Amino acid sequence: MTKHRLFWPVVALLALLLGDLIAHPAFFAIEFRDGHLYGNLIDILKNGAPLILIAIGMTLVVATRGIDLSVGAVVAISGALACLHLSGLGDQNSVGGTLAAVGMALGLALVLGLWNGWLVAVLGIQPIIATLILMVAGRGIAQLITGGQIITVNSHPYEWIGSGFTFGLPSAILIALAVFAIAAVLVRRSALGLLVESVGGNPEAGRLAGLRSARLIWLTYVFCALCAGIAGLMISANVHSADGNNAGQFIELDAILAVVIGGTQLTGGRFSLTGSVIGALLIQTLTTTVYALGIAPQAIMLFKAVVVLAVCLLQSPVFRKKLARRRKTAPPSPAVRPEKVEAGV
Amino acid sequence: MTTLDRIKGYRPRQRHLPILATMAMLIGAYVYGASSYTAFGSGQVVLDLFINNAFLLVVAVGMTFVILTGGIDLSVGSVVALSTVVSADLLQNQGWPVLAVIPAVLAIGAALGFGMGVLIQVFEIQPFIATLIGMFFARGLCYTISTQAYSIDDPTVASLAQTQIPLGGELHISIGVVVALVVVGAAAYVLYGTRFGRTVYAIGGNPKSALLMGLNVGRTRITVYTLSGFCSALGGLLLVLYKSSGDPLNGVGLELTAIAAVVIGGTLLTGGSGYVLGTVLGIMVLGIIQTLITFDGTLNSWWTSIITGALLFAFIVLQRLVGRRTT
Repeated sequence: MTKHRLFWPVVALLALLLGDLIAHPAFFAIEFRDGHLYGNLIDILKNGAPLILIAIGMTLVVATRGIDLSVGAVVAISGALACLHLSGLGDQNSVGGTLAAVGMALGLALVLGLWNGWLVAVLGIQPIIATLILMVAGRGIAQLITGGQIITVNSHPYEWIGSGFTFGLPSAILIALAVFAIAAVLVRRSALGLLVESVGGNPEAGRLAGLRSARLIWLTYVFCALCAGIAGLMISANVHSADGNNAGQFIELDAILAVVIGGTQLTGGRFSLTGSVIGALLIQTLTTTVYALGIAPQAIMLFKAVVVLAVCLLQSPVFRKKLARRRKTAPPSPAVRPEKVEAGV
Repeated sequence: MTTLDRIKGYRPRQRHLPILATMAMLIGAYVYGASSYTAFGSGQVVLDLFINNAFLLVVAVGMTFVILTGGIDLSVGSVVALSTVVSADLLQNQGWPVLAVIPAVLAIGAALGFGMGVLIQVFEIQPFIATLIGMFFARGLCYTISTQAYSIDDPTVASLAQTQIPLGGELHISIGVVVALVVVGAAAYVLYGTRFGRTVYAIGGNPKSALLMGLNVGRTRITVYTLSGFCSALGGLLLVLYKSSGDPLNGVGLELTAIAAVVIGGTLLTGGSGYVLGTVLGIMVLGIIQTLITFDGTLNSWWTSIITGALLFAFIVLQRLVGRRTT
């Protein structure tokens, strides 16, 4: 069972939750108040939704041997444009106006994805550099849209995207799950996933098999930017404002981490959408844990670094081989993993 | 390719195209600035570029080594911040003398770089992920030491920071500039004049061939990341001199600026081709754009990042075109 590629990420997530349970039993308490659910677990789902979305988009890009560093910038731009449009409306609560704002933001995200895809698929620029351009310029563009200000909005339909509840559950996670379901059906129930994997696994073989890899690669960048655009709407809707400078900062790094933790190699090829969702949940659980256990918030980064290091090392075949050699006499057990998390806590 | 081929052949000149373009743009920007604003023409504006960007120059030199091997180091900004915070803490709270703080900070930077090098080389974790962990780790250490900025009032630091080295006339440079130029000179010598430097280029060109040639790929790769950590720590020390403070928020996004400078300086991000001098020019171009925007006064600060992005795009496409013609 340890051979299954989702084994370690799931173990890490469970170990972390177990640590939470021991250190702070109330962590799992879920209440029903004001017509919806409350609790740390619900918080993880609600606050983790943007990261889950971006991780899903990033997974497909990574599967084609690519990487998208610009998602944080796209988050900022999409939130900025939506809030700019909303703030100009006479009635911010109008559903039509909100839909227009959402449509404009997602349209712009689509264009940004087309730009990234064009650089990578048509010009043949290394993905890390191609998307670096938008990562650097994107923050500037977002601030250009907001005029360097933080635009606050007061629109109920818009807030629903980020902090609303539907059937007692956060609407953000429902949106993320819907995107996950669509993506999963598209890639696994059609040949799309297989094609993406063959483009990333062996581009030359893919080309010889007659794949139009450029179009596929382009598609993954557009999809990733769209996911980032939706995440940007969620993030800005959650805080009722758009901050061109700080929205989505470092989210590209978290998303890439989530993908790697989820067992998709940065070298492309086989990918796991479920793994990335688990990776994103793990990262969000880390953050929530730090807050819930009352660990100083400044330790989040250190904590994250230690846990990610542990997960990456456990996934490294070289490290596992060394570990196995050292414990040849002892029966193999995955006990190392929880100990490490405990040490981090 | 032998040195003779390099001089004789047609390809090297093609390869120099990006660096020549950078130089032309630098001169163009300066001439434009000097003709638009009288104060811009003074030599001190050029020297100020070095004074303001000395720490960045040192960081970018370390980054150049890493990128030449085909890797990347995302941790530089955090290591710079860590160095400033550690120096501030040791000087202000622990009462260490400056002469003890400098080697301690440099050792921490080198040790972090070494650790990332080991993760990359021994455990085969991709450079992007390994240095990302390093980035979180160093930034996390910063916050555990201090969540706010310290100002440093150590008399030795103050006197070092205020020392101006006159160059005749009204012109002067800071100690930081001297350090940065020494680092650039040393890096240029190491890259072009030593076996280690050749190995760096060889790994970037083709790691498998380098290994088959019997070059010590593993040790070189670890050394390169150690060197980058060391340069970031040194850059942090220069920033301490420049700002007389330590701040855990220093150097956020610095890795992007450093990578951008290296790319604009004509180094291929796939590794194997590039020059330290190009990186110096890249830093100067970014610096002069910043200065032009400051002189203009009507342009908002975010134009800096938009223009940097546009420049990156232009240079990457240029590299692409050059690369296509040569292969």
